[in-house]
Amino acid sequence: MSEQSVSNGQAGTLTSAAAARGELAMEALSVSKDFRLGRGQTLHAVRDVSFNLYRGAVVALVGESGSGKSTAARLLAGQERLTSGSIKLEGKPVQVSSRSDFRHYKRQVQYVFQDPFASLNPVHTVRYHLERPVKLHQGKGTDLDTAVTALMEQVRLTPAKQFLAKYPHELSGGQRQRVSFARALAAKPSVLLADEPVSMLDVSIRLEMLSLLDDLRKRFSLAMLYITHDIASARYFADEVLVMYAGEIVERGPAEEITQRPAHPYTQLLVASAPDPDNLGSTLRRGSGPAGNGSGRTAAAKPQQAGQVAATGCPFSPRCPLAEDRCRAEDPALIPITDTRGAACWRLDVAAPELVSGQP
Amino acid sequence: MTANPDQAPVSLAASAGPGRDPVLDIRDLSVVYRTPGGDVRAVDKVNLSLAPGEVVGLAGESGSGKSTLVYGASRLLRAPALITSGSVTYAGRRVTKPVDLLRLRSDQLQKLRWREIAIVFQSAMNALNPVLNVRDQLLDVIHAHLRIPRDEARDRAASLLDLVGIPRARLRSYPHELSGGMRQRVMIAMALATDPEVVIMDEPTTALDVVVQRDILSQIVELKEQLGFSIVFITHDLSLLLELADRIAVMYAGQLLEVGTSGEIHHEPSHPYTKGLLNSFPSLRGARRELAGIPGSPPDLRDPPPGCPFLPRCGYGTSACEEVDMQLLPVATSKDPDHVTACPFVLPGTPSPAAKQAVEPAQITEEPQA
Repeated sequence: MSEQSVSNGQAGTLTSAAAARGELAMEALSVSKDFRLGRGQTLHAVRDVSFNLYRGAVVALVGESGSGKSTAARLLAGQERLTSGSIKLEGKPVQVSSRSDFRHYKRQVQYVFQDPFASLNPVHTVRYHLERPVKLHQGKGTDLDTAVTALMEQVRLTPAKQFLAKYPHELSGGQRQRVSFARALAAKPSVLLADEPVSMLDVSIRLEMLSLLDDLRKRFSLAMLYITHDIASARYFADEVLVMYAGEIVERGPAEEITQRPAHPYTQLLVASAPDPDNLGSTLRRGSGPAGNGSGRTAAAKPQQAGQVAATGCPFSPRCPLAEDRCRAEDPALIPITDTRGAACWRLDVAAPELVSGQP
Repeated sequence: MTANPDQAPVSLAASAGPGRDPVLDIRDLSVVYRTPGGDVRAVDKVNLSLAPGEVVGLAGESGSGKSTLVYGASRLLRAPALITSGSVTYAGRRVTKPVDLLRLRSDQLQKLRWREIAIVFQSAMNALNPVLNVRDQLLDVIHAHLRIPRDEARDRAASLLDLVGIPRARLRSYPHELSGGMRQRVMIAMALATDPEVVIMDEPTTALDVVVQRDILSQIVELKEQLGFSIVFITHDLSLLLELADRIAVMYAGQLLEVGTSGEIHHEPSHPYTKGLLNSFPSLRGARRELAGIPGSPPDLRDPPPGCPFLPRCGYGTSACEEVDMQLLPVATSKDPDHVTACPFVLPGTPSPAAKQAVEPAQITEEPQA
């Protein structure tokens, strides 16, 4: 399966760093989504995005709010119609025109929402939240109690009896998110789309939840899409990292490589913005402002202004310290750096000279 | 915006309050929530001081009492919350002699609130009024707390936006027209409207993504240097505090477990809970290390167990912990006498015992990379 190559629009071919983990489960092929804003304006939320999900592997989609990462996941979940492109599940193009098709699709592709405080119904018990998907997806012959108890054990909400009668407000944030996981697992999916599953939780609980997800991934060999703005957690949790900016994938590659040697100026900005306790002479402490951090915070990446995405050229060019005329005129495609890694930047020779030396 | 002439330069050595007279001094503060099932001891005899120009970080999980502590200290809590003991001494430049906030009459308190101690609330979307534009909200604050003419107030509102880096054209914007980062900046502008001496920041950047978070934090620090206020910064993200704060207080189950400078907390963490917190976040730089997290959950504060509240989750725990007197004492091996811990048994260098397996192990096991 590692032969599976990913094509990204006009770019050359790259192999997904997650490919070695297992079978190909889901493919997004040049997927785009536009939203009409009225007055003839269009928001290109997702632009020509391609990636693959493999059984037992985690692909992380990293980017700031509004970068289109959640929209990409909602497209995969069948919650939004594609403007162009296609999605394949186990090699077959996805058609969710009828209700039963959609239900069948949902059985295989499940979604975990960010906010466990909003995604559970406050007037229903945990039992109700879990029985419904079991009835819906596991058929009439299933013993509800056994199935629900098994789900609770899978997400380590034990003893199950103690939790089943509780309402969401009686649970902690972590427990609620476990219920969300259990609800997603009730359909016995092959693909799990997790939209910032831990960002609403305490730092001390996040790790536990990520390790639970990791455990579920192994146990059920789930193909997982992990959406986050915390690139550090992607380093530990994901096999492949896709960095999204303004609806486009601007860099992709193995998690460790991307976080340790980011190539695209935007990825460099993301990495430099992460809190760094070891940086004791930090810019924060000295209060010398955002610029001038030695650790590679791209010299003066400008803060984002609303609506400041270039109409033509590289979407990051208005904020990019390295932008030149070509960047403002032409949008770069993903340029391969290694077999598994690519970045969409015209100025890679300046942004990451050590990575592209030896490349034309 | 008057600059503070006598503000000491803030350096890494700008450690605790004891050397200098604190601007805010919380002594022995206890807050309970009265419930039919008994009192929930949300804050239990906490001492904390804030020196002029200092950034004190308050770290802890949800429900550890960190918000209750500062809201209690600024008398913002309503029933069923009840302050059962303690004093909160405020000694700013503008007050003639130190006052105890907990003993002020409400009209006296009114004069002090926001004028001297302002707050940046966590959720800007909920804290801003959705039907008022930015200028009106700023004017509201200014008129409520300062006696200045209308024109001057308008100028002040505009210059406040300059201060936090929002274009003046945004004065007429409503909160829903602003991005999350901008809303939070407006909150900061509101807090600074009256040139307060103490600014309490309750997770001001939690809902924002990292790039915006960093921009706002560096702006906060810049403003602090410029205007000379002190900050109490509440967050559950210890990694953020290590970079930002001068001193860090680690809170758990309503008590402070460890207080020290950022450097001491980072390199010589003494309390097992602090060690756990430090081992909870994945680091972006350096070698990948085994992450352990802190399995389990905080105790029920209606009937807290005797001794150390962290015992059920502590890997170092022994029977002696059940009788330990939760007092903050200097860390024996530390050169800094202001680095204090509530755990008399575990020293910074003590190797971690095998994590308790009774609760689930929380590790992201390392697998060979594909």
